[in-house]
Amino acid sequence: MDSLFLMGAATASQTPPLVNALWVLLLGSLLGFELIGKVPPTLHTPLMSGANAISGITMLAALTAIIKADGSTPLLVLGSVSLGFALFNVIGGFLVTDRMLAMFSRKPARKENS
Amino acid sequence: MEFLNYAIDLVAVLLLALGIKGLSKVRSARSANQLAAVAMALAVIGLLISYLGTPSFDGQAWAWIIVGTLVGGVLGAITAQRVPMTSMPETVALFNGCGGMSSLLVALAAAMFPGTLDDGTLVAVVSIVISVFVGSITFTGSIVAMAKLQGWLSTPPWMQSKIRHLVNIALAVVCFVAAINLIAADGSSQAGLWLLVISSGLLGIGVTLPIGGADMPVVISLLNSYSGVAAAAAGFVVGSQLLIVAGAMVGAAGLILTQVMCNGMNRSLVSVLFGGALGAGSGGGGGGEYTNITSCSVEECALTLEAAERVVIVPGYGLAVAQAQHTLREVTRSLEAAGIQVDYAIHPVAGRMPGHMNVLLAEADVPYEQLKEMDIINPDFPATDVVLVLGANDVVNPQAKNDPESPLYGMPVLDVQQARTVFVVKRGMSAGYSGIKNDLFELANTSMVFGDAKKVLGDLLGELKELGVGKK
Repeated sequence: MDSLFLMGAATASQTPPLVNALWVLLLGSLLGFELIGKVPPTLHTPLMSGANAISGITMLAALTAIIKADGSTPLLVLGSVSLGFALFNVIGGFLVTDRMLAMFSRKPARKENS
Repeated sequence: MEFLNYAIDLVAVLLLALGIKGLSKVRSARSANQLAAVAMALAVIGLLISYLGTPSFDGQAWAWIIVGTLVGGVLGAITAQRVPMTSMPETVALFNGCGGMSSLLVALAAAMFPGTLDDGTLVAVVSIVISVFVGSITFTGSIVAMAKLQGWLSTPPWMQSKIRHLVNIALAVVCFVAAINLIAADGSSQAGLWLLVISSGLLGIGVTLPIGGADMPVVISLLNSYSGVAAAAAGFVVGSQLLIVAGAMVGAAGLILTQVMCNGMNRSLVSVLFGGALGAGSGGGGGGEYTNITSCSVEECALTLEAAERVVIVPGYGLAVAQAQHTLREVTRSLEAAGIQVDYAIHPVAGRMPGHMNVLLAEADVPYEQLKEMDIINPDFPATDVVLVLGANDVVNPQAKNDPESPLYGMPVLDVQQARTVFVVKRGMSAGYSGIKNDLFELANTSMVFGDAKKVLGDLLGELKELGVGKK
């Protein structure tokens, strides 16, 4: 993953990986600021929860650790525990966000009330 | 094959971005959340495909992947289903802490087995240091935040004094020394590594512990931003651009949200983080003497409501604590059935997190259209007959507009005093979170109804039924 042409940031394949990675970092941050600047207050808690779930993307790093462990038990265990924590964050985060948002999307159907 | 990986990563990033964007509109929010989940799954599939066929990607690796996935996934799903809506801030804090822990563990693995995950360059070592530092702070900080919100933990007195600044500065210095040590040793210094883990963990505790309960959502939002930074740093360690992009987006999101929350409370981030609990000096009694308070019974309140044509409800933290949103909904149902127009005025920081009150009221089946934001509802207060303030205090304090000397001055507030009659349901005369006296309570058109929000609303419902309100 040393080429960044897909991000459209730099086309020169000779660019050092660090520079590419920094470009990605910069563009990702700007994208985040832009995407989130216009959210109504109602959605702040769900958004925070959703963004929190996305931060569990670090499970990719955990997976990489397990795959590259090459039979080293401590590395496998560390990777697996890390993956567990990340998935707890991801699955829990998305489900809880969905629970919150399901309430908003529910039409103002009145329950029968005696 | 390589092209396929790039394509999958690109689509995943695109979907993540669309997901975050979609979360900004009520109608699309739910599908956007699902879209983001799909994007995450896609990213995992992409990663697995890219390593398929690598010799080290054997049955043993699969077994550990499945174990980690099952344990984490099942626990996450159970937690998400069981947790009550009122403890949403704690839950987000818990999830967030685990995300930080995950990044921390990966960085630890990279540091303990140099060369397996990273390429051993200076960049990789610096990334490891950042990932350990931020991950560790995120974990301990989030756990402390959760424990404080749950009431499992209270701040020890010395933590509220100036000593804490010295302790935290000392810890920060230790972190810095350990980081330098680790970088100088090309990441191979075990002593430096563990010193960094422990000192940054303690720093997370030391910074979060003194912060008052009502400021906690701001801290959680900030920690949410940190967990994004930790993920991005982990992305630098393992060389994953997707990880860097997603981490950076979350980091930016957390910062924006943090800023919004601070604006709503008229506080700066610096004062939240380093100022300690606002008004802590005034002690438990809190904030000035009240004279000229009118209190009234639930019955009077019901009679006034019955005669009203337009009612605005101002829900606050107290309503969330009392879990009275369902009872409130019953009350407003009978008012609506009697032809009274009911709206809810939602202050940007009502509840325990921005938007938290909306979630709670939505849970109680309040139609979304009736939730009015502050700027929308403020011009309507002069034409409002009755305002019912439930467990809110500082957000309805007219001092914020009238008294330049007040610490609240400049904070956006709901102009409830312009309504004909204001009822404030409150447990006692204690000051709000800011510890500042609320001038609203002394105004001639304000009456206090003392009691727990849930109990008062229950009694109110009874009185309204007796009056025959809402019965055809």
